[in-house]
Amino acid sequence: MQQGKYRFVTGFLIVPVVLYAVFMIWPYMQTFGYSFTNWQGQSQEMSFVGLDNYTALFSDSVFLKALWHNVLLLVFLPVATILLALFFAYMVNVGGRGGAGGIRGVAGSGFYKILFFVPHVLSIAILAVLWRAIYRGDVAGLINGVFIKLGLSDPAHPIEWLNEPDLVLWCVAFVLLWWGVGFYLVLFSAAMQSVPKEIYEAALLDGASRTQSFFRVTLPLLWDTVQTAWVYLAILAMDCFALISVMTPGNSYGGGPDHNSEVMATYLMRNFLSFGKSGYACAMGVVILGLTLILSLVTLRISRRERIEY
Amino acid sequence: MSNTRTIDGVAKDAVPGPRDAKNGARPQGAGGKGDDEGKVLNVFSHGFLILWSVMIVLPLIWLLLGSFKTDTEIGSSAWSWPSNWNFDAFGRAWEKGIGDYFANTLIVLVFSIPLTMLLGAMAAYVLARYEFRGNRFFYYFFVAGAMFPVYLGLVPLYFLVDMLGMLNTYQGLILVYIAYSLPFTVFFMHAFFRTLPTAIHEAAVIDGASHTRIFFQVMVPMAKPGLLSVGIFNVLGQWNQYILPMTLMQQQSGFDKDRSVLTQGLVLLNQQQGYEGDLPVIFAGMTIAMLPVIVVYLSFQRQVQSGLTAGTLK
Repeated sequence: MQQGKYRFVTGFLIVPVVLYAVFMIWPYMQTFGYSFTNWQGQSQEMSFVGLDNYTALFSDSVFLKALWHNVLLLVFLPVATILLALFFAYMVNVGGRGGAGGIRGVAGSGFYKILFFVPHVLSIAILAVLWRAIYRGDVAGLINGVFIKLGLSDPAHPIEWLNEPDLVLWCVAFVLLWWGVGFYLVLFSAAMQSVPKEIYEAALLDGASRTQSFFRVTLPLLWDTVQTAWVYLAILAMDCFALISVMTPGNSYGGGPDHNSEVMATYLMRNFLSFGKSGYACAMGVVILGLTLILSLVTLRISRRERIEY
Repeated sequence: MSNTRTIDGVAKDAVPGPRDAKNGARPQGAGGKGDDEGKVLNVFSHGFLILWSVMIVLPLIWLLLGSFKTDTEIGSSAWSWPSNWNFDAFGRAWEKGIGDYFANTLIVLVFSIPLTMLLGAMAAYVLARYEFRGNRFFYYFFVAGAMFPVYLGLVPLYFLVDMLGMLNTYQGLILVYIAYSLPFTVFFMHAFFRTLPTAIHEAAVIDGASHTRIFFQVMVPMAKPGLLSVGIFNVLGQWNQYILPMTLMQQQSGFDKDRSVLTQGLVLLNQQQGYEGDLPVIFAGMTIAMLPVIVVYLSFQRQVQSGLTAGTLK
């Protein structure tokens, strides 16, 4: 049995490890090095500039604006998505009406679970093109169409959603919400279903209302999953490249009007592919990584509670 | 009661009738308030669930209808109804490149998906089932990849692929897709291989099967459910990939063939038609791009949901 074991292990590991190291790990590591240079791309000519790229980043007003937008999304997106998804998950799994709230989902819960998940299987690129059409600034846009039907906006002057400096970022954020809620509904459902039903029944016998049983029973038991969801949504909020670059106005890779929807990823791509400032773009990549890591750690720290075993 | 706990927990729809009746008889007294609250909450929650359903279905129906409309019908009002139901726009979208983008995506996926699955399963199997020095190291080496944002490595990756002469080539994108899919595949299959019983493995050894043979003829067949889940996850992930092809699949010169994949091509089409003013083509193109994923999803929805959530839950 032992003979040939090492040969076998090596044989099975070598191709995956090499591929993965070359195309993923190696570029990741190179980024750190390049971020200290004034590399322009193509040619290998570059010189070491120390922390210049990083200091430049933090006095670059566009980058700071982009960073701020990421922070706004970072706060809004997880809160809104998790609240909505938790509410739906609760309704679909334990919110049904069996007398005073028997432990089951509302009618049609299976259907809701399948339907709400649909946006999540569509690619972000498709979402971007689709929602660009939905948000159109004239009567042809779906939202303006609905608003005009409901008398909420003037048919002569529909709202130019993606051209409004104060609206554009939230329009994009809403698309992410639309996309994400179904996924987290399913995620929370899976967690809720693994909670033994006796716990709910005990709460019910003790006279807990549904609101009480949600906050006192469901939420504490789901805390681990909520925490994971938070980290994933935060990572998502650090990205947003496809949506912003396709949906919003702006010269290359969107971000408009006047950088009002700029995020770090779009600014990175513009510096890299349009301006040829590769070293600078690498520094942004490192900042994005740094923020992502800090964020995950902080989330895990803050939300750490005693784990409830059941 | 206690021995049915797990089954009860999972099969939430299977609430036996009598217990419902018991619950139904209960609300008097302490439950009176709860029942009123229940009704209000029920109307409220149903309203909300239905509203969200409409918000998901409406854009998709609107999109589908748009591909049958004329350009003026789309431009004049959001609520117009298509005047004639023909598939012209679909044909035009196909000719404008959707057909090629579709083919490019398929060419890439035909190679990248089986290779991702094979290499991922091989690495995961060895890491899950064999004791050797560096085992832990390689496991974390793979899993760590899932934590980094794509943007971190994007710039050097572009120049690496350029250096290998593989910009705008299928093989370049295939290799990158495989590398980027390995962390999750290894992670998921590692957990799965660990759950398989060792007795069958031992029996195969006694029968004189080699390591390789045990893997392909015993382990892979047993791991089918896991492979299916992670396979769907990879198909959706690679089919929907945008940032990687956007960066790596750009025409290098006028003579170079356009090898854009579907998501990237759709965005290109959207830009072109924005100028040319053929909006139905965009709607038809989107419909064509969406249908395969929706069909795959609806046929495998259970596996899709579990495959996508499994990675997050562990």
